[in-house]
Amino acid sequence: MPSGYFDFIRDFLKEHSGLVVTPDKMYLLETRLNPLARKLGYSSIDEMIGVLQNNPNDPIGIDVSEAMNTHESLFFRDNAPFELFKTTLLPELLKRRADKRKFRVWCAACSSGQEPYSLAMVLDELSGKLGGWRPEIVATDISKSVLQRAANGLYSQFEVQRGLPVQLLVKYFTQKDENWRLNDNIRNMITFREFNLLDDPKVLGTFDIIMCRNVLIYFDIATKSRVLGSISRVLADDGVLFLGSAESTMGLTEEFWPVKAGRGVYKHTNGPASIAEP
Amino acid sequence: MKSCLIVDDSKVIRMVAKKILEDLEFQTVEAADGQQALDACKEVMPDAVLLDWNMPVMSGIEYLRALRVLPGGDAPIVVFCTTENDIEHIQEAIEAGANEYIMKPFDSEIIQAKFTQVGLL
Ligand SMILES: C[S@@+](CC[C@H](N)C(=O)[O-])C[C@H]1O[C@@H](n2cnc3c(N)ncnc32)[C@H](O)[C@@H]1O
Repeated sequence: MPSGYFDFIRDFLKEHSGLVVTPDKMYLLETRLNPLARKLGYSSIDEMIGVLQNNPNDPIGIDVSEAMNTHESLFFRDNAPFELFKTTLLPELLKRRADKRKFRVWCAACSSGQEPYSLAMVLDELSGKLGGWRPEIVATDISKSVLQRAANGLYSQFEVQRGLPVQLLVKYFTQKDENWRLNDNIRNMITFREFNLLDDPKVLGTFDIIMCRNVLIYFDIATKSRVLGSISRVLADDGVLFLGSAESTMGLTEEFWPVKAGRGVYKHTNGPASIAEP
Repeated sequence: MKSCLIVDDSKVIRMVAKKILEDLEFQTVEAADGQQALDACKEVMPDAVLLDWNMPVMSGIEYLRALRVLPGGDAPIVVFCTTENDIEHIQEAIEAGANEYIMKPFDSEIIQAKFTQVGLL
């Protein structure tokens, strides 16, 4: 493969979504962009990238970025965050936010929606405790197409068997031929919105819980630090941040401090006891 | 080592399941229909049962109902693994005391995920 456009694509992706493609991942460019070029009617990747080189704002850029990003997700991924939410965070929020009867959760790279929907199902299971409360779940991603899928709430048989207890499948989904659709009451609990983590999240307001899982791994150190910095500014003083199970803030920021409650759970370094520390 | 009883009338499926479960460090026992499975359980209760629905002699759901009234029969964790993938069957299985439900086709990832969910792994 000619490496002519490698530099261009690498810079384009880094600037557009923060995604870092190292030379050893070059094979990925080919396996992911070849099908895209064919789909869009170009004879080669070169020809498609040529269009983007002439005009970096061409909509092809969105498709290229989408094809290169990993969107893999599953229901109740790693389980521990959802258990912690049930056993500790929610009871603490019910105490500490009793005046406003409101709290806000942000899923910062929600992909096809499994993460926010897992939270929504947990909330619905506990709705008896939530009378009159208005929990808000904001779920964002840079990719329009995954957001579209997420909002649709339609999942394949394979997807509903990864992480989702069958009791919840029966309770919250309706079968549509080979697929399963989340019921409206759960879908309506989430606000989906396009948002690039490289931008300032202040436009989204502040949050009591932020899940930013399995996305920072694709960024370089400077970008990770910057994103964590912005996130810390929209997290409530006693709020908590969840990273993916293989991610940490070590060496990236001084803003966050791990809490004992679990791996990948963080609080403000100089903040009061967080909602994960009753 | 935990034990898993594999109940399926297809020898091929039993072989595939056996391989996956042995990789997950289960000791496996096989049965080709519900009656054989029930007889096996009367001898030794397994920790887990991977259970097909449609089988000659005795179906999976009939076996499950019979199992749950045996002494100690509420202990095994029963995971259906069947091509019956409509919500009515799933509901019926849960009511009969199934702990989880796998819709075929399955692979090792799905078995692992489901077995983790019910605390077998
Ligand atoms: C692997 S998925 C993680 C999904 C979910 N959080 C989980 O842990 O299962 C990563 C998601 O991050 C999104 N993403 C990548 N770069 C992004 C950016 N700069 N801003 C927002 N989302 C981004 C991708 O579109 C993709 O859907």
